Amino acid sequence: MCGIVGLYLKNKALESRLGELFTPMLIAMTDRGPDSAGFAIYGDEVADGSVKLTLHHVDESYDWGALARLMQQSLACAVEWFQNSKVAVFKVQACAEAATAFIEEHAADVLVLSAGQSIEILKAVGLPESIAETFNLPAMQGSHIIGHTRMATESAVTMEGSHPFSTGQDLCLVHNGSLSNHNRLREELQREGVEFQTENDSEVAAGYLTLRLQKGDSLNQALESALNDLDGFFTFTIGTRDGFAVLRDPIACKPAVLAETDDYVAMASEYQALTTLPGIEDAKVWEPEPETIYVWEREQ
Amino acid sequence: MKTINLETQTVRDLNQALHDQSTKCTEREWEVLEPKGQHNIACGLDQNLAVDIKGHAGYFCAGMNKKAHITVHGNAGQGVAENMMSGTVRVKGDASQAAGATAHGGLLVVEGNAAARCGISMKGVDIVVKGDVGHMSCFMGQAGNLVVCGDAGDALGDSLYEVKIYVKGSVKSLGADCIEKEMRDEHIHELTELLNRAGVDEDPASFKRYGSARELYNFKIDNASAY
Repeated sequence: MCGIVGLYLKNKALESRLGELFTPMLIAMTDRGPDSAGFAIYGDEVADGSVKLTLHHVDESYDWGALARLMQQSLACAVEWFQNSKVAVFKVQACAEAATAFIEEHAADVLVLSAGQSIEILKAVGLPESIAETFNLPAMQGSHIIGHTRMATESAVTMEGSHPFSTGQDLCLVHNGSLSNHNRLREELQREGVEFQTENDSEVAAGYLTLRLQKGDSLNQALESALNDLDGFFTFTIGTRDGFAVLRDPIACKPAVLAETDDYVAMASEYQALTTLPGIEDAKVWEPEPETIYVWEREQ
Repeated sequence: MKTINLETQTVRDLNQALHDQSTKCTEREWEVLEPKGQHNIACGLDQNLAVDIKGHAGYFCAGMNKKAHITVHGNAGQGVAENMMSGTVRVKGDASQAAGATAHGGLLVVEGNAAARCGISMKGVDIVVKGDVGHMSCFMGQAGNLVVCGDAGDALGDSLYEVKIYVKGSVKSLGADCIEKEMRDEHIHELTELLNRAGVDEDPASFKRYGSARELYNFKIDNASAY
């Protein structure tokens, strides 16, 4: 069992309160996922031609400044950075490929959690409440956010095995359910060059989407093929630069509820996670249909 | 009328207070405020009470109900009125999956839509849904009636026993051993009664009836090689 929550703001005036509105949603799903939690927040965009990386190191006293200086010299570009617990956000005036290749080459013990112009992925092992506190989630601002509380069933409880999983630039996936064909699918994806860090089934779904998108599929096409190629139970929420998407498998055992007002669209595994949102009493609340792709995106 | 606010009292407090009414009834009318999607609200009741839940309820609301009349003024989560024995459960909004699962008796009315597996393994309950029902509804339904005023999803009545299913709208597909059957006078009469009890204004003549072809009741030796 796991919990999923997502909040997409239609009303820009609420963007300064995104973290504050989202924190109780994440904590409300502790019953469904007490072993680890994470979230992907979108906002604070870097300009075209720049990239934002969320980087993780097991040692909280890791010298991010030294890494940033080395990067600045090697790539001959400006690098701004800030640290949040064991994670650092690097804003680099270079393309994502060059920036991630630099990390792989010069800091093999640093894990790239996300890359893009808007996305930041933060996750850790522990109770959702303590993770929200560690990263100071209530103070965060942005346009939209998706989160996950994990109760591991298929693989170990580790930071690497927790959600969200990056699936490409500004894209990520959270999953409630279990996939039954993930071992064979992982092998197939590895043959095509996709790399995996864990034995986790959800990471395979993320890798699958990453490959489809790399091959030129639109998000809708990639999700439609996922319905054919992924065997098992899933409710997915996919974060994109401009919004989020929700998809349930054809059997639809794993729960999902959506709510919409003039101010926001919210998604959760259970309605309980939505009760603290303003105006929820009068929101349109419904259960998404199986095998149906729901997408909310702002226009650029 | 007694009011219990679930912001200040727990679901356990509420259910205990309702259970206490089964031995000595002191209050017939109950109102539950701020349910906020909590699970197991008003479960296991065994007394002729009226319970109004003012908001959305979580999983298994009104489960195992006996005699009580429970109204959810909002949506209900998975398994509303599961294993109900008697009484009435009315959901003013939508119901999530497995509404009325395994219920033996009583009446479940969903005024909105019901999601997948509505009436799964039902054993005698009457279910009336004003909107649509999701896929695999009435799976292995044994006894009772399922009335759908909207449309039904895939595999309606799969592996059906003796539930009578009445659908006004379209049926996306029928499950194994579920077939359309003739709508005779006795069925019009029965459906009229069901709609009246549910307080739903629909023309019984506009419904179609579905039931079991009774081909799966017994193991056929000719199929042995399939296993």
